Amino acid sequence: MTREDILQIAEMSKLSLSEEEIQIFMGMFSGVMGQVKELDELDTEAIEPLYFLNVKDKPYREDVEEESLDRAEVLKNAPEEEYGYFKVKKVMD
Amino acid sequence: MDITSLTAMEIREKIANKEISAQEVIKAHLDRIKELDGDLNAFITITEEEAFEAAKRVDEKVKNGEKLGKLAGIPIGVKDNIVTKDIRTTAGSKMLENFIPPYDATVIKRIKEEDGIILGKTNLDEFAGSYSTESSYFGVTKNPIDRERVPGGSSGGSTAAVRAQEVALALGSDTGGSNRQPASYCGIVGIKPSYGLVSRHGLIPLSNSLDVVGSFARNVTDASLLLDVIAGRDEKDPTAMDIERGSYLEGLTGDIKGMKVALPKEYMNMPMDARVKEKVLQAAKVFEKLGAHVEEVSLPHAKYAWATYYLIVVSEISSAMAKYDGVSYGHRTEDYESLDELFIKSRTEGLGEEIKRSIMAGTYILSTEEGRKYYEKAFRVRALLKEDFDRVFEKYDVILTPTTPNLPFKIGESVKNPTEMYGSGIFCIPANVVGLCALSVPCGYVHGLPVGLQIMGDRFKEANILKAAYAFEGELSLGGDK
Amino acid sequence: MAYKTIVGLEIHVELMTKTKLFCSCKNEFGGEANTHCCPICLGLPGAMPKLNKGALEYAIKAGLAFNCQIAHRLKMDRKHYFYPDLTKGYQISQDDNPLCANGYLIIEGEEGPKKIGIQRIHLEEDTGKSIHTEAGDTLVDYNRAGVPLIEIVTAPDINSGEEARMFLENLKNTLKYIEVSDCKMEEGSLRCDVNINVVDTETGKKTNITEIKNLNSFKAVATAIEYEEKRHISLLEEGKNTDKETRRWNDVENVTIIMREKGGTDNYRYAVDVDILPVAIDREWIDDIKANLPELPQDKKERFMRDYDLPAYDAGVLTQSKELSIFFEETVKLCDDPKQVSNWVMGDVLRGLNDKAIEVGDLKFGPEDLAALLKLIKEDKISNNVGKKVLREMFETGKKPEDIVKEKGLIQISDEDELKKIVAQVLEENEQSVIDYKNGKDRALGFIIGQVMKATRGKANPQIVNKLVLEAIEEK
Ligand SMILES: [Mg+2]
Ligand SMILES: [Zn+2]
Repeated sequence: MTREDILQIAEMSKLSLSEEEIQIFMGMFSGVMGQVKELDELDTEAIEPLYFLNVKDKPYREDVEEESLDRAEVLKNAPEEEYGYFKVKKVMD
Repeated sequence: MDITSLTAMEIREKIANKEISAQEVIKAHLDRIKELDGDLNAFITITEEEAFEAAKRVDEKVKNGEKLGKLAGIPIGVKDNIVTKDIRTTAGSKMLENFIPPYDATVIKRIKEEDGIILGKTNLDEFAGSYSTESSYFGVTKNPIDRERVPGGSSGGSTAAVRAQEVALALGSDTGGSNRQPASYCGIVGIKPSYGLVSRHGLIPLSNSLDVVGSFARNVTDASLLLDVIAGRDEKDPTAMDIERGSYLEGLTGDIKGMKVALPKEYMNMPMDARVKEKVLQAAKVFEKLGAHVEEVSLPHAKYAWATYYLIVVSEISSAMAKYDGVSYGHRTEDYESLDELFIKSRTEGLGEEIKRSIMAGTYILSTEEGRKYYEKAFRVRALLKEDFDRVFEKYDVILTPTTPNLPFKIGESVKNPTEMYGSGIFCIPANVVGLCALSVPCGYVHGLPVGLQIMGDRFKEANILKAAYAFEGELSLGGDK
Repeated sequence: MAYKTIVGLEIHVELMTKTKLFCSCKNEFGGEANTHCCPICLGLPGAMPKLNKGALEYAIKAGLAFNCQIAHRLKMDRKHYFYPDLTKGYQISQDDNPLCANGYLIIEGEEGPKKIGIQRIHLEEDTGKSIHTEAGDTLVDYNRAGVPLIEIVTAPDINSGEEARMFLENLKNTLKYIEVSDCKMEEGSLRCDVNINVVDTETGKKTNITEIKNLNSFKAVATAIEYEEKRHISLLEEGKNTDKETRRWNDVENVTIIMREKGGTDNYRYAVDVDILPVAIDREWIDDIKANLPELPQDKKERFMRDYDLPAYDAGVLTQSKELSIFFEETVKLCDDPKQVSNWVMGDVLRGLNDKAIEVGDLKFGPEDLAALLKLIKEDKISNNVGKKVLREMFETGKKPEDIVKEKGLIQISDEDELKKIVAQVLEENEQSVIDYKNGKDRALGFIIGQVMKATRGKANPQIVNKLVLEAIEEK
């Protein structure tokens, strides 16, 4: 893991890191990946990944409308709002 | 009468018999919170007004002779990653410091329907992402047994509140041991139900293939009572299985003669505090005394459980945390010149260290070729781990292990020694990876510090572990005390 | 030098289910901002998605209509990126196991029928919508967030703007036939992105693929492809290459403009969405959907040729839109002369629709009115020409043809005695024309008949007039 790699992951994660954090993450990645590599001991080629522990017959709903939230409720947690919309103030891009 | 030392079952009975009123119960517990919580910090938010309103309604029902719900008048703490309508729900994060959900989680709805009374929202590791309740934006929770020590985590607020008699019952969530490890550290009972038994609608996700809501109490009966209320199908969560709500309470007979109990050698041979191991071996003896057959078994892939868990958990955390971008709710940075800056600053300011670390690791796993290889591999190894357990549960009813390999550690120690903290989940993790049910029940004390016994059961066989724990608890007569 | 243009299309189509893909909020275009929202489509923490069976069936329908293989199991994935329109930081979509794959659609190419491959059709959710204020702020509306979409990805089988346009017309028509989408580009329920590059067939040299966005009509798609085609070729001729980039179509200047570079940096970090349990899609279910699929355009065209004895061209035009084909069939039912109806629908009705730029659904009259009009003509109550006038009036006012005819006094005069008088009068006034005709100037006859028609204000039955004029001239 290079410093560049860390910064690229931070960019994708939309996080900005202090110099100290960069160092911590570099250490963390090498440690953790070392442990993760234990899985190389196992041959799992023939095994299907088990994403779903539970399955069901009909895990869906019918196409029937239900009431939505009041707009006041929808916007209640908005950091900023205007005219019933969520607002993001003028930005460069 | 010391109301706060009553069990949930006793409170329910006394209210129904008009020996005490729900309002008296709530007042006694709120007084206790006022007395203790300034120091303990088990609660983030206390909902005094709503609690008294609810208590009044229960008292009205009693007065009118109406049918009472299963939780009538019982004071309950709710981990603050379970959303409550119109009541701030923070997940222990600055990101959600001011978040007021417009809806109730299904488990909350069910508690209210059964006349349970929510006293407030309890502290937790930020987004339930650690093991000590030190990573909360709202400060550290102390262990009521030894206030220099952590209560464990991430449900440390709930377990501390139950232990300190601030509430009789509490809800928690368990992704990699977050119900069992703090239950063990606080000397109470904590249940992690099978994945899919309890609705996750309204549980703020950490790792959605592993998360599950569970219950805390000072004894098995009380914990089962709360599980009875929250378990079962929910049309709002298609991943909750179509299991009819039954009664776990009815299964608590105390008779476990002939029960098949397994002790997995790989886990018993992992590094751990010798005193903890000793207590667990003693516990196995208690099972034999009760007429159960205890035998050693093998779970050959045990050593791979941690890596499997880690890969799944960080990948899913990075995904679950993507919604916190400062646009439609949650923390938004003051100043930004571009959208990118809005996202980056809001997230960097709003999220804590521990969670950032998981996000970074998860982003790495999901975005690089090498990482993706391991992401997929983790789910393949999960199949192997499940086979291990399936084989054991063909012959055995329950599996015993320590809940954690160590005793509650001191506040601040985890920073110096993170390995010990993460290691404290090592016995809990497999149940999450495989979706099993498991619980922690107190099995003794070492120098005044509690030790927990983990009892694991097959998927959706909660009845087995509860029955086993109830019989064990009766024999050990631990209750909530030493 | 010879160049080959290679185009692949990515089309997003909103499904017209009643509710959104993962919640029970109304799926509706428009509506006051943020009024069709709930914890699920707002991406609030803890809200669990609930798959809409209807959306899944609509997507399967589309797959079947385009001859795709349908997956045995629905699996949904999370596609991660940050954008204000996206509430959860990821879009629930499909990565490696699309619901439908390996289909095709046949278009009438320049050299006969041409098969355009459809690589995949997958199910996903739409995002919200931003508007930008004059002050430069962004306002976000999440009514559209979570609306079900299918994304259709074609093989790079399209070789011109015109082919792309034809493909899209055909695709839209089919989707409307099977009633899964209204395909209104102006409302964004059909959106199309273009991937294009050009190969020098002699040297094998290729340009890099560019992506074109912001195409708001099929015509724009065709024009943009033609524009890009030229741009790619001229770069090739200069020995240069295009940049891998996304360009935006500017429909005012009719040019493409660079939007952003595509350095291969998009990393969506796909992950399985374990909150959406896999749905088993068995044979029986698929067969059931197939059995209930409405008649597809191609099948209807063949049936029209067979049942109504129409030429391929007519049948093609009449089935180019579902509404038009229904209009035609309903009219035929009432007046039983398919060829006559076909002529009128393909001619004056279509022309009227085009002139007014409206759809069949906007017509002020129905099949029963057209049938009544054709009946008037058939029974010689009015002439063909008067019929056309009446139809124009029907377009404007929606009045019944009988009423129009009555009000304007347009009933045809077929009474020979009455007409004979008028013919005699006209011949008298135009002696020269009679002489001309007798001297072999055939055109003079037309003039005479025209005068008779004029004298009757067009109401005379032209066939009878023709006969009477000829008889009268004979007698002279
Ligand atoms: Mg798409
Ligand atoms: Zn919704």
